[in-house]
Amino acid sequence: MSAVRRLVRVASLAAALGLWQVLTAHDVELWLRFGQFPTVGEVASAFGDRLGTGPYWQDLGHSLRRIVIGFLLAAVLGVAAGTAIARSRWAADLLGPLVEVARPVPAIALVPVAILLLPTNEQGIVFITFTAAFFPVLVSTRHAVRALTPVWEEAVLTMGGGRLRVLFSVVLPGALPGVFGGLSVGIGVGWICVISAEMISGEYGVGYRTWQDYTVVDYPGVFVGMATIGALGRLTSTAVEAAGRRATSWLPRPAERPPARAARRADRAARTVRAGRRTAAPAHAPAPEKQPVP
Amino acid sequence: MSTVRSTPAPASTGPVRQGAELALDGVRLGHGQGQALPGTVDLRVAPGELVAVVGPSGCGKSTLLRTLAGLLPPLDGRVTEDGTPVTGPAADRALVFQEDALLPWRSVRANVELPLAIRRMGRAERRRTAAGWLERVGLAAHARKLPHQLSGGQRQRVQLARALAGRPRAVLMDEPFGALDPHTRAGMQDLLVDILRGTGATVVFVTHDVDEALHLGDRVALLASGEVLGVPHPRQRDARNAPATTALRRRVLTSL
Repeated sequence: MSAVRRLVRVASLAAALGLWQVLTAHDVELWLRFGQFPTVGEVASAFGDRLGTGPYWQDLGHSLRRIVIGFLLAAVLGVAAGTAIARSRWAADLLGPLVEVARPVPAIALVPVAILLLPTNEQGIVFITFTAAFFPVLVSTRHAVRALTPVWEEAVLTMGGGRLRVLFSVVLPGALPGVFGGLSVGIGVGWICVISAEMISGEYGVGYRTWQDYTVVDYPGVFVGMATIGALGRLTSTAVEAAGRRATSWLPRPAERPPARAARRADRAARTVRAGRRTAAPAHAPAPEKQPVP
Repeated sequence: MSTVRSTPAPASTGPVRQGAELALDGVRLGHGQGQALPGTVDLRVAPGELVAVVGPSGCGKSTLLRTLAGLLPPLDGRVTEDGTPVTGPAADRALVFQEDALLPWRSVRANVELPLAIRRMGRAERRRTAAGWLERVGLAAHARKLPHQLSGGQRQRVQLARALAGRPRAVLMDEPFGALDPHTRAGMQDLLVDILRGTGATVVFVTHDVDEALHLGDRVALLASGEVLGVPHPRQRDARNAPATTALRRRVLTSL
């Protein structure tokens, strides 16, 4: 990225923070009311204080553990159920209708169910997180498996491969790009639900702490919680994306394949130079990748 | 019928095996959800023979191959291999596709090793055998590449290597060179002739290119009319314009 673009990005962020500081420092009360809103400085100093305390990191650990367990369960079971529904008529008939009925219910609306069903609050929160992430993973797996190129399977069958061989050598690796689409969505909605569930019924966790701060009118603390949730969400979804890129590194990437026109142009330029026809070369020379900074 | 393939294969590609005898008796072809194609097919392919199947598009050439492979059941009649009914796909009958049937997440080498892994061949032997076949199709230097990093012609050569590495007794080829430019296509035909030498495999080769059929086939089967005609000079490039070849070409073209 060029220095100019980087500067623009930093400036945009700084401007937003600056606006926030100006509005809150002067207690601006137009239609929007900034009177009670903490200033950037207050939030920053609250953040600094919290970082040094044990409970902050305990809350963080609780939330992370809940999302990791819920998400991993959702990933494994979602891929398994999605594959089964796509590949087996029995599974489609048995599970399909259940999934279609349960899927539209927002996971957070299952809090009463979780409280009734599960012995501990902790398990309830993990259950909610799991449910939230499960359906996106299931649906995208089902689509990815159904969209597989049929000749891949036919090729393996005519090599003498059986059902299991087709499953592990064709279906699962072939569906992986689509599965990771579902996992990325799943980790996002997983965070939404872990935080919401903590706000409703948690005893620890970033969501619980944020709501707690709100009820005791510690507004800078609320913003510390929000920033923490944002950072954790970013961290986990980046991790999922990175794992996805690693697992699907066989996909043709745009960087490996230059656009056809540019490649042709470069090729022609190279040939022209080899042939010694210098006059034609400048017109066909590939454009430099980076524009010089004015 | 087969007379040309007598040169022994390199050691790494295994000893000569007897090709399969394939037969369709009064077979009514059905594709997908049981829609029947008109007419019935009778065809007998002798062990080691190469029969080219030609016909207009939509006449069921691919369906015929998939039925022979055991991927589709015949709606009526009998499909047999050495007299035994074909009930499903098996490593005995390899299928080579027009489309890209290589697994895109596996390297070229891993694709060729796949049928060997299915046969539970040991790792070292698998690697050696795959290397031997890649050598034969001239792609030894590309073993670690992914299929999308190769050209269309190179990918079809990998498919050939993969199909033959499993040492099938019959190879069913569905317009394998249909998507290639004429120059590449001629090279691939020569490679195919060379690579089949010594395998003893029976080949059913589907194409819509009459010249390709007349060059490669011991016999040419016209799917639309049901005729099966002997080719006067199979696999001899210099016999392209021989009187017998020209006469047969005219006859095939008029029947299409």
